[in-house]
Amino acid sequence: MNIVVLSGKGGTGKTLVSTNLVKYMKANYIDADVEEPNGFIFLKPAIKEKIDVKVKVPFIDKDKCKKCFKCTEFCRFNALAKTSDKVLIFDKLCHSCGGCKIVCKFDAIEYVDKKVGIIEKGHSEGFKCSRGLLNIGEPMAVPVIKELLSNLGGELNIIDSSPGTSCNVVNILEHADAAILVTEPTNFGLHDLDRAVKLVKKFNMPFAVVVNRVTEKYNIITKYCSRNKIEVLGQIDYDKDIAIMYSRGELIINKEKYLNIFKALSSKIKEKWL
Amino acid sequence: MNISVLSGKGGTGKTTIAIGIADTIKGSIKVDCDVDAANMHMFYKGMQISSEEFFSGEKAYIDTNKCIKCGRCKNSCKFDAIENSKIDFLKCEGCGVCSLVCPSNAIVLSKNKVANILEYKLEDGYLIKADMEIGADGSGRLITKLRDNAKKYEGVNIIDGSPGIGCSVIASITGADIALIVTEPTLSGIDDLKRILELTKTFNVLPLVCINKYDINLDMSQNIEEYCNENKIQVISKIPYDKFVLKSINELKPITSYKDSEAGRKIIEISEKILNIYEKIKK
Repeated sequence: MNIVVLSGKGGTGKTLVSTNLVKYMKANYIDADVEEPNGFIFLKPAIKEKIDVKVKVPFIDKDKCKKCFKCTEFCRFNALAKTSDKVLIFDKLCHSCGGCKIVCKFDAIEYVDKKVGIIEKGHSEGFKCSRGLLNIGEPMAVPVIKELLSNLGGELNIIDSSPGTSCNVVNILEHADAAILVTEPTNFGLHDLDRAVKLVKKFNMPFAVVVNRVTEKYNIITKYCSRNKIEVLGQIDYDKDIAIMYSRGELIINKEKYLNIFKALSSKIKEKWL
Repeated sequence: MNISVLSGKGGTGKTTIAIGIADTIKGSIKVDCDVDAANMHMFYKGMQISSEEFFSGEKAYIDTNKCIKCGRCKNSCKFDAIENSKIDFLKCEGCGVCSLVCPSNAIVLSKNKVANILEYKLEDGYLIKADMEIGADGSGRLITKLRDNAKKYEGVNIIDGSPGIGCSVIASITGADIALIVTEPTLSGIDDLKRILELTKTFNVLPLVCINKYDINLDMSQNIEEYCNENKIQVISKIPYDKFVLKSINELKPITSYKDSEAGRKIIEISEKILNIYEKIKK
């Protein structure tokens, strides 16, 4: 069972919800926000394994290349470019589709590994933790996300997503069975939640909402949810102590008064999805 | 001049600050490059002056009348986008390999609509934004197009970027003169700040750091300042936690329009400082 925690808008509390939930439920934690992963700050796992994420990029054998430029014509990502005397390779634009090798009549193209990121695996108190880290300067996070999520076990996995509603999140949702959408009761939070809801609906999976930084029990998010028949799984009050604990990298369930929030969230999740 | 407002970590206050700066620098062009969670337009009631469809890349289509179900396309697709002679558009990256290997010419590639690009004339300046299709890819190219469209207008470009360090952010930094990086005094904020500062080094851009809500954790703010000093990066401002920020988001008015807002005052100051810094670097 894979539950993804996503948001649309950044900084609404995805990592707060997923790390505390993982600790409470003794679930596995997977940080798929590979551009800026922060969950390990809170869970402090002992890292046991580091695996390089590699993609295949073309390498051209200059002796074999007859400069027919079929490869540059074929590549739709401008990763191969024609110059007067050779083929130039822009490997950051390569999607590793394999097309250039197929079109090359002279067997001049081979693929070589290029490191684009790293996956770290470890464990915290009784549960497994993993995360992906995109190399700085690499534009495409999807290969790291795919590698990270490719071999998840059958137990309960909580996946901390990246913000937004584009390809990174799409690829994370490919691996999810259910989704928790974390948002805040502001105009921004509502606007971006609506986009996230539309995205999750494309995947036909069950989902529910958690509202963070709540100052009024009935707010623009709960109204939106009741209008659209979306369940609100829980609300977390706006509380300066939470902000302070978060800033120091502390889990909030270590304090009795916040433990109940996650106790309630956990039992609702169990009842609905497990 | 192009000012890109970025952060690494999400939710640190990029949009609030970008809107505040855009409100202070008269005639500015607001370019919302946080294309999959765009919020800038919510602050303005402008007159729409153009709308254009934006296509990026392609998607494969299988003609079922021609398809002989040989399975070569599925076997060659590196993105697992083909199942039972059907294309999964969310997975298809439009590389064209399936069409290349198809023996019966059953697969064609057709251009892929990613967004509508909308431009508005505002009371003060212009706004350029994209209505991006949900779940679409190609945000890097879309952002490049938004920045290009902005070039036809005279004025300072204020670019509201997306969180992260990937293609969207790379496209938002490209061509910027100043990258204003908004961070917060949390361990997550510091971690993410370091990654985005590392990224800005690979561009010809001046990074400036702004610590938002600095008084939430003074020790952490000091750590950020020390880190920036060690790396010779200017901390341009420290903005205190301010209840007016929430009011500004709820009322959809620039934070700089609240006379009693301390954050608003700081953002006016940042705008002036940036203009001065730009004058200096131009010389």
